[in-house]
This record gives sequence, C-alpha cells and structure tokens, in this order.
Amino acid sequence: MQLTNRSKVVVNKEMTFAEKIYLPAILSGLLITIKHLFRKKATVKYPEQTRPVAPVYRGWHVLKRDEQGRENCTACGLCAVACPAEAITMTAAERKKGEEHLYREEKYAAVYEINMLRCIYCGLCEEACPKEAIFLTDRMVPSDMVRTNFIFGKDKLVEGTEADKRIDVSLRAKAHRHQ
Amino acid sequence: MEFLLIKFVLVVIVFAVSLGIAAYSTYAERKIAAFLQDRVGPDRAGPFGLLQPLADGVKMFMKEEIIPSNADRLLFILGPCIMMMTACMTGVVIPWGHGLEINGTFYPVQITDINIGILYVFGVVSIGVYGIMIGGWASNNKYSLMGAIRASSQMISYELAMGMAVIALIMTTGTLSVREMVEQQHGIHWNVFTQPLGVILFIVCAFAECNRTPFDLPECETELVGGYHTEYSSMKLGFYLFAEYINMFISSAIIASLYFGGYNFPFIDQLGLSPNMLSIVGTLIFFGKIFFFIFFFMWIRWTIPRFRYDQLMHLGWRTMIPLGILNILGTGIYVLYKNGQLHF
Repeated sequence: MQLTNRSKVVVNKEMTFAEKIYLPAILSGLLITIKHLFRKKATVKYPEQTRPVAPVYRGWHVLKRDEQGRENCTACGLCAVACPAEAITMTAAERKKGEEHLYREEKYAAVYEINMLRCIYCGLCEEACPKEAIFLTDRMVPSDMVRTNFIFGKDKLVEGTEADKRIDVSLRAKAHRHQ
Repeated sequence: MEFLLIKFVLVVIVFAVSLGIAAYSTYAERKIAAFLQDRVGPDRAGPFGLLQPLADGVKMFMKEEIIPSNADRLLFILGPCIMMMTACMTGVVIPWGHGLEINGTFYPVQITDINIGILYVFGVVSIGVYGIMIGGWASNNKYSLMGAIRASSQMISYELAMGMAVIALIMTTGTLSVREMVEQQHGIHWNVFTQPLGVILFIVCAFAECNRTPFDLPECETELVGGYHTEYSSMKLGFYLFAEYINMFISSAIIASLYFGGYNFPFIDQLGLSPNMLSIVGTLIFFGKIFFFIFFFMWIRWTIPRFRYDQLMHLGWRTMIPLGILNILGTGIYVLYKNGQLHF
C-alpha cells in the first residue's frame, strides 16, 4: 500500500563520464560553499547580543517596587504556597518607624529566596501574587559553577530604585491581566 | 662570511614565516570553516579572535604530557620530531622572490638553488612518512599502528602519481631546479597552460600528501580513534598537527611556483618599475597565490565528503597513475613536435 508519493525508486545505474571524473560535481559543490561565505551569519553573540523573546517569556524573576520606590511584597507567602517546585522561601518582618519609604505596607519580606535550580519557570507565583510584586522577566538566568550561587536572594531579585535600574514588566503585566 | 650571514638570516626568516603562517592557518581554517557554514568562528581571544593561535599554543604546552608505559620512548619522541623537521626543511628550495640587487651584488630571495630542487622536495617529503609511521609504531596501540599504515600507504601511493605529474613538467621545462622553472614562466607563460592535466593530478596528490580532506583517512574517529596520533598529547600532538599545516603551506608554495608562475605575474615588463621593486611586488604576489591555495585547501575541506579507503586506493592506483602515464606520453609527443623531431 502506498501511503505517500515521496518514495523513490532506487536505480543502480552506471555513472556517466562527467560523473566519473568527479570534477564537475566538485566544482558545483565549491560554488555552493563559496556562496555561504557571503551569507548573513546565523550566530547571535550572546551575552553581548540577545535574541528578542516573546512578551510571555518567563525568565529571571523580579520583585517590583511601586512608583515611590517602595517594595510591593508583603511576604504573604501565597507565591511560596503556589510554587509547585517549592523553590520560594521567605521570612517576614514588621516595618519599623522610619522605614515607610522602603516598604509599602506594614509587613515585608526580610529574606526572600528563590532557588533557581528548583524553579520550573511556570509563572504560578506571579499569578498568585495579590500585590503585583513578583514578575517573571525576559532576562535569562546566567550560568554559574557553584550550586549555592543559584539561590537568588533579594539582592538579585528586587529591582533598583533608580529610573535606569527599574525593570519594565508592562508587557508581561498586560499579558498577565488578559489571561 | 657575508654569504653565510645572509643565508642564515634567510633561513631564520623562512622558518619564522612558515611557522607564523602555519599558526595562522589554524585560525584561518576555523574562521573559513565557520564562514562556509554561516557561523562566525573564534572571535573571543583578541580582536576578531586574532590571538586564538597563541591561546591554542599555550593550551597545548600546558597540557599533561603522557608517554604510554609500553611505548618505545625514543621512537615515540622521534616521530613528531621527524615530522616537524621534514615539514620545515622543504621550504629551503622554494624561490620566494626574484632577488634584490644591493650595491651591485645580487641576492636571490631563496635559501639555496640546488639543481635537483624538485627531487630534494620529494626526498624530504617521503621522509615525512617515517614521522607518521614511527609515531604510530612506537605508540604500541593497534589503532595508532593502523592509522599509521593507512597514512603511509596513502602517501606512498599518491607520491607515485605526483612524481608522474612532475616528470611531465620536467619534460617541458627541461630542468629540475625550482628557480629555473619559475624563471621560465615569466609573465603569463605559466605551466598551468601547458600542463592542464598535470596541474589537476598534482593538486589532487598534494591534497593526499597533506592528509587533507577528501583524503584525510588517517584520522578517523569511528574506526581508528585519532589515527596515528591517538596516544600523543601535549606539544607532541601539537607538532603533528602543526607539521600538517606547514606541509599545507609548503605544498601551496610548490603548486604556485611549479604551475602558477611563482613570483611572476602578467604584465611584469609593462609596469616600468625598477628590478628591486618588481622583485618585492613579485614576492607579495607569490604570497597572494600561496594564500589562495591555502584557502583552496580549506575550501575543498568544507565542501567534499571524504573517500572510503578502498575508493582512495582505487583512485590512486587505477586512475591517477594511468592518467599520469598518459600525461607523460602526451607531453612527450608535444615536446617532440615542438622541437621539430616528430615527422609524420
């Protein structure tokens, strides 16, 4: 029974003289390869260059601050509960007087750690978060030689207060709201 | 005394240039391989990756040097030495330029012009086979030995056909000195036009002599591990690989000087430059030709798949050698006809 029309009948025919001396075939092969010399290279020089990723790409997490530079996270623990890989751990603390410019609400995460080797980048933490504090971004997690370095603390997760150190998640938040 | 000094300086320059070009051939090989495959190639060490050969060299020197306990120590060390030595020795008879006239004395840009230059090259190249054979034998490893046998039988087979191609060339030029051969090709009277079949034979055999693709059978991961240098490590391995690149450079130089005019170029007399200037321009053009052939070696490598071993031997013995004999016959008739000794 014939399923497709792609089958080819194999013929063991004698090679012609032109085929026997190989030279025409070699010449046409050389022409093909020389054309590739001038083609656009497919290489992306990572890490200097990165390929554009989709707005829904899920990479390195960010802990957002609000417009006044206060951390959104209130250490409610919903992300840790939602996390199927149990990658998130946190320690909550009460906001002291004079720390109002640092934390938005009375409670905050003194320690917030994500084990990047456990994380499966599913984005459920982001979905669980009631404060729009955690987002997954298009940044890729860099490689490292030591396992302990993959436990990312607040130093690597919380975005900076300066305007140029803010991490834009508007596309991601929009895509998220439409779900 | 002055003679010795000049020759010494020339030897040092030729030696350094061949080593430098061989080192950068490794870089060029990787770059060209990459470009032909739409990649970028090594670009991290220095600007455009230009320090890559240096990094490779340092790596080779720093690697642990292992001599297998069952290996023949003396021969094991001798193998890569012979290989490297013969590779560097062939550059001696190649005329790199016409020569410079300084204060009324003429200094040819060639280390020595022996009247059997081309035979000398063949002699030295065939000693190179010993480098491979001794290395493979001394490793005391069946894969090394088989790789060495493959390499040496391949080189010996193709040396025959190469010799045939050169005999036909000697018949038309009437000399064995490489310098005289180049001088005869003044302007555009290149031997490639009188010996078209010979050129093809010679180039194909040169590929086989250098163990380059499509004849790189001695190295064969699936069958022979690394071939004759399986047991080699560190700079001894480096010597083998490096010698291969020097051989490639020298073969390119020989192809260019025997068939493609050496330091001659078209319209050499119409330029109106002084002889010294012409000689310098000629040397540059000669190097241009050499670089083209090195590129051609690499270009072929990334185009053609390799032969099977029986196909290789078939091509060598049953195609190249008969063609070589045919070429000699045809050349003989041509030479007789040209000299008016042929009467129909």
